[in-house]
Amino acid sequence: MDRLELPGVTWRRVSPRLVWVELVGGAGFLVVVLAAGVLMFLLQVWVALAALAAIAIVAIVNLALTPRRVRSIGYQLREDDLLFRRGIMWQRFVAVPYGRMQLVDINRGPIARGLGLSELKFVTAAAAAGVTIPGLTEAEAEQLRDHLVSVAESRRAGL
Amino acid sequence: MIEPEISVPVSVPAVVARLTDGEWHRLHPATPLLKGGFALIVVLGYVVSNLRERVLGMFLPRFNDGGDPVDYVVSHGIILQVLAAVAGLLILLIGGFYVSWRMHTFRITSEVVEVRSGILFRTNRKARLDRIQGINIVRPFIARLFGAAKLEISQAGHDANVHLSYLSSAAADDLRQEILRRASGTRAAERAAAVPVGTLLDRRVNELLAPELDPDAAPPESVVKIHLGRLFGSIFLGTGTVIAVLVVIGAAIWISVSGHLFVLFFALPGILGFGGYYVRRFSQSLRYTIAGTQDGVRVGFGLFSTSNETLPPGRIHSIEVSQSLLWRPAGWWQIRVNRASHTSSRGSANQANTTILPVGNLADVTAVLKLMLPDFIGEETSAFIESGMTSTGADGFTNSPRRAAWLRPFSWRRNGFAIVSGSLLLRKGAIWRRLIIVPQPRLQSVGLHQGPLLRLLRLASIQLHTVHGPITADLGAVDRDAALAFFTEVAAVAVRAGQLDTSHRWRSGELPA
Repeated sequence: MDRLELPGVTWRRVSPRLVWVELVGGAGFLVVVLAAGVLMFLLQVWVALAALAAIAIVAIVNLALTPRRVRSIGYQLREDDLLFRRGIMWQRFVAVPYGRMQLVDINRGPIARGLGLSELKFVTAAAAAGVTIPGLTEAEAEQLRDHLVSVAESRRAGL
Repeated sequence: MIEPEISVPVSVPAVVARLTDGEWHRLHPATPLLKGGFALIVVLGYVVSNLRERVLGMFLPRFNDGGDPVDYVVSHGIILQVLAAVAGLLILLIGGFYVSWRMHTFRITSEVVEVRSGILFRTNRKARLDRIQGINIVRPFIARLFGAAKLEISQAGHDANVHLSYLSSAAADDLRQEILRRASGTRAAERAAAVPVGTLLDRRVNELLAPELDPDAAPPESVVKIHLGRLFGSIFLGTGTVIAVLVVIGAAIWISVSGHLFVLFFALPGILGFGGYYVRRFSQSLRYTIAGTQDGVRVGFGLFSTSNETLPPGRIHSIEVSQSLLWRPAGWWQIRVNRASHTSSRGSANQANTTILPVGNLADVTAVLKLMLPDFIGEETSAFIESGMTSTGADGFTNSPRRAAWLRPFSWRRNGFAIVSGSLLLRKGAIWRRLIIVPQPRLQSVGLHQGPLLRLLRLASIQLHTVHGPITADLGAVDRDAALAFFTEVAAVAVRAGQLDTSHRWRSGELPA
């Protein structure tokens, strides 16, 4: 099918270790769903059991697609703006000029920290933009943050 | 040309010159009364008149044996004590108000406006002039009687505004003009050129000021006014009326089905409420004017309590021109904007202060857009905007392809975008027509989405991210290739426009270097 592709862009991909972070999160959800399913089975509430089974199937498909989804995350530092993409079914591209940066956040969840990964959040005055790059190694994230701050400084724009 | 010496008092009135000298100043002496004093008196009076006996009974059980509190006081011989207690309370309250007034000071320098207040918990708020998003002057009815006005300096952020309440009403307009003049960058540029020596500087400043003889303080040359009949009609053809009609129909069905007339008793407060709503909207939207001043758009309204706000250039992040189906026969439009400052205070007709034009015809809309986008509106752009509002398709816009009819059955012909000099236009909606204008320098980022359904139809959706507000600038069901091209071009445009933008000091280019 016609997937969206921007011409002349070489994406920088995030660490494949992010797959494990996502898998643990998804598996946790699956365990909760299965536990609820067992409970419903014991209580013999068949409607709820069917609903839970449907949810579990979606969750499993989602888990199976995780590596593919992580591979779809990419970013590129262009001359004057940051280009970001993610998603396979629901594709999403965002271009943010560096000068629009208000602040940069680096977050580390417990599992990601165990794997040495960080998440970098690029915040502008527009809340809807939501440029969050997960799965960066800690050194990479810090280096990217410093780079973004310095280029934003030299290209500063108002609101 | 007036001599500089003569123009000193003309261009900057003495009061304003004093207020803006960079020293700390106090607010209007009636401030404590206006801020809470009246409310306190009213509440006290209410409590005393209504709960007198109950309160006394509660605290003085023996009082229950009847009579007036005055009798009680006299008969027990505690007149002095009671009087002393009352006086003490009053002195405490008045003293508190007085001290709080004394401690509430502000100063205006060439760079910042600073306010400090509070007795026990001190607060200090500093606002940079070049970050001002708008200055609002509110004159509540009672404050008007005292010749006082509230000055509200909007800053980006949620309730991040600096309030100067209250100031002398006469000075407020001039003060706003002076703050905006300083913020505009004309003086900053001049300062860099001239040596900062007192009198010489004053002269230089006044020379600068001479050509701009109070366009704001003079009765504003009103560009757009709302005709009374139109205002009336627009309010009655609004969503409020639709709801009211639905409620009436619902009540009628209920009565006819159940046969109980008591439903009417429930309906009565609702009817009264709606009446009040209409009267309030109407009286507050009276005398609505929009005028262009040197320092931005001035929006004013109100009959008893008045309010007028000046929005400097470059403070409007996106504009939406919309028309509901009910308004179409009359050809009325509404203009709303996204702004960086979010206030809890409301504007005319109790709508959020993001509605710039409550109702207007095509000519009004064009006039208002010209005021809000002076750099961007040329002949070519005007044509685009007009077709963006009314056209049904096939014009300068890049519209959706025929297959988009699956998702936009009515509006696919006019669902499109255009890039014009200085702005980005999104047009959508066939029933509820909308045209969204995003000034290029205000664009924060651009997004491109595609879900499975859109992919199946070889379509995509585009988003223009601006600051949060009532308008979401997005457009769905655009041809895939057109959307990609738009994304690529707008990404480049956003960078360029952001770098060229000087609107935070909007008049800095005025002076010869």
